[in-house]
Amino acid sequence: MNSVNSAASGGSQPILEVRNIVKDFPGVRALDGVQLRLKSGEVCALLGENGAGKSTLVKILTGVYQPTEGEIVMDGRPLSLESAQDAWDHGITAIHQETIMFSELSVAENIFMGHHLTGKFSLVNWQGMYDETDKLLKRLGITDFDPQTPIKELSVAQKHLVEVAKALSHDARVLIMDEPTASLSQKEVDELFVIVRRLRDEGTAILFISHRFDDIFAISDSFVVFRDGAFVGDGLLKEAKEEDLIKMMAGREVKTSANTRTSVSDEVVLQVDDLCHATEFEHISFSLHRGEILGFYGLVGSGRSELMHAIFGLTAPLSGQMIFEGSVFTPKSPEDAITQGLVYVPEDRQHCGAILDMSIGDNITLPSLQSITGGLKLNWKKESSFARKYASKLKVKAHSLAQKVVELSGGNQQKVVIGKWLGTGPKVIILDEPTKGIDVGAKAMVHQFINELVESGLSVIIVSSELPEVLGLSDRIVVMREGLMRATLNAKETSQEEIVAFATGLK
Amino acid sequence: MEKNTATVIPNSLPVSFSDRFRSREALLLGLIAIVVVVNSLLSPYFLDVYNLLDSTQNISEKAMIVLTMTLVIISREIDISVASIIALSGVLMGAAAAHGADTWMILLVGLGTGTLAGLFNGLLVTQLELPSIIVTIGTMSLYRGIAFIILGDQAYTSFPASFEDIGQTYLVNGMIPTQLIAFVFFAIIFWIVLHKTIYGRRLYAIGNNPVGARYSGIRVNNYRLVLLTLNGVASAITAIFLVSRIATSRPNMAMGWELEVITIAILGGVSIFGGAGKITGVILAVLLIGLVQFGMQLINVPGVIMSIITGLLLIISLVLPIILSMFYKRRRA
Repeated sequence: MNSVNSAASGGSQPILEVRNIVKDFPGVRALDGVQLRLKSGEVCALLGENGAGKSTLVKILTGVYQPTEGEIVMDGRPLSLESAQDAWDHGITAIHQETIMFSELSVAENIFMGHHLTGKFSLVNWQGMYDETDKLLKRLGITDFDPQTPIKELSVAQKHLVEVAKALSHDARVLIMDEPTASLSQKEVDELFVIVRRLRDEGTAILFISHRFDDIFAISDSFVVFRDGAFVGDGLLKEAKEEDLIKMMAGREVKTSANTRTSVSDEVVLQVDDLCHATEFEHISFSLHRGEILGFYGLVGSGRSELMHAIFGLTAPLSGQMIFEGSVFTPKSPEDAITQGLVYVPEDRQHCGAILDMSIGDNITLPSLQSITGGLKLNWKKESSFARKYASKLKVKAHSLAQKVVELSGGNQQKVVIGKWLGTGPKVIILDEPTKGIDVGAKAMVHQFINELVESGLSVIIVSSELPEVLGLSDRIVVMREGLMRATLNAKETSQEEIVAFATGLK
Repeated sequence: MEKNTATVIPNSLPVSFSDRFRSREALLLGLIAIVVVVNSLLSPYFLDVYNLLDSTQNISEKAMIVLTMTLVIISREIDISVASIIALSGVLMGAAAAHGADTWMILLVGLGTGTLAGLFNGLLVTQLELPSIIVTIGTMSLYRGIAFIILGDQAYTSFPASFEDIGQTYLVNGMIPTQLIAFVFFAIIFWIVLHKTIYGRRLYAIGNNPVGARYSGIRVNNYRLVLLTLNGVASAITAIFLVSRIATSRPNMAMGWELEVITIAILGGVSIFGGAGKITGVILAVLLIGLVQFGMQLINVPGVIMSIITGLLLIISLVLPIILSMFYKRRRA
């Protein structure tokens, strides 16, 4: 199975072939000689963990990035895709996980955005666009909205269908679907699949990217697995077993950031009992010990971040209770949580974690101003020595404390954000995707730093979509799916396969 | 700092003279110098200390709202109901005086009206999460409408003498109007609040990134509520000085002041997108507009021309830095 299976599905020639594509970014090789064949009338599943290089390949196929080496061959001829327009012109379109649409405009306007039909005097031909859209919707068998419906009235699933219709309006021969089912209910997924099968039967080649094994098995004919930017294997799906796929996706030793602690204190710092939220999660109970790293793993939409928001006082839970350091803990705002010693480093550091247009110094001191200055009056000297202490502790690289955070690299921004929260002197620190989008070096540093934190007696909750990270750092791992806790596993006794199985619903 | 600076991060890089020279404060100072020269050439009465100080009476009244408006805009909010609050509290003070209230009672009515009007704006913005521009467009019509219902096209013109003294007194050898003293007092207070306290730092954080500020444990809505209420209080103080100076209150008083106030704040370097601006710049902008208006009065220029000049100054102050920086870049390249 670990070879290019050229005989995968009979003799038909592939429409699109990716040959030994390499993509280098400064300091990182995102893709290292990957290959892929898409055939007419076939759904091919692209599998891989976060960071395996799936999105990079999608961006190369849609003309957003240009490959460093290798070639893309379409209908037997090499192809160079310099822009998104190039890709469209060759009939390659992609539907992204988070759709970008014009919510105040109608379905028809969204579909024809950028290539409006025009009539006499170059005026917009509304009737023509509505008629064309109506044909597209009929072709897809869509009846529950019409060309004139504003996008804002549609559900997430319906927006995906508009994206599919838009792809069709470009005469798509290759359709890439990047996690189209991540935010859909089972019923919506089934409806989407009816349409995907219809397109397949019409001869479109479909590249299907998903983390949900149920969906992969329901829709795909063949598969390709990437790992760490490299090609691992491909084959026919009906000949493959889930276990084998998981092993191919995850199969490697976790080298860095190994957890070397032998024991964790019995003292419970934070106890959460049957916490429920109106829409996002239900029946969450867990305890966090002193000096422990508790990992939270789950796919996007599993309710992990929303749970952390409730613990941090950003949203109010519906029921349940929390006990922090022996007393009942009901934070009404982040300020409550911070003063009591529980802080949250948010996933989105650009919008929530850092104040980008303020200086490094001002960012680090922001939540601790009152305790630094000991009053209401700012104290420049105390502030800069405080900021310098945490900036050096985290080895922030910057020309001065007055440098704006927006000018720093992602890794250094994250160091500033972690420094900012550390400065409040927390007892519990929740890190939501602490290494998302930062380079390998900064990542290893953040991991090492997390280990130092727990050694100094802090307790850490780490939320991550990156399996090796959760497995390597945590003492115990809570797996969430669809707002519920599915398992609490001991990191030393579990495997990546088991965690993925719980997170995707195979177990 | 120690000699071994390899690992020590400096507080800040040295600011070059050309950077200082290209600051907004420097630009405003330059414009002020030009206005002073032009005005003294146009009128021999311009460079007279008594005249100059007397001329501050008008602008100082508006400028008190400019100070609170600066804080409001820095925190990424806006309030265009201020002129209507002046009219409403002015009319209610007139009504109180007409019903025989004494000076203290009149002041209480004026300040109370402004506080409640500002609080109402703030509650709508924070409790219903409505954008402040929409809320205050609504209350702008509402407050002035109430003033018209109370008084129609009439005017209150009788006030106790001790009330009229508030806006008509000159201190220090009869040179300095009370308005100027009040403005300087508030300017110092707001300079301290914005630049020397943790509240000021938090305002900049809120204006730059309200979501990030909330995650940082700042109760963003409390700040919004307090600022919009303060803006109402400042409008009431302006109303007190204005009404006591002209001993008249009408529903159509202070028409269009909201835009003048916002214009001065932006001229002073406050970013309309929030998160940036300094009290010093705003004070210089007040000074600039005050001097321009005084010069225009001296040579009897009609009010329409005045508003053209104000508009031009705003546009020049926005365009000039862009042109200068393009010029600067080209020379370096």
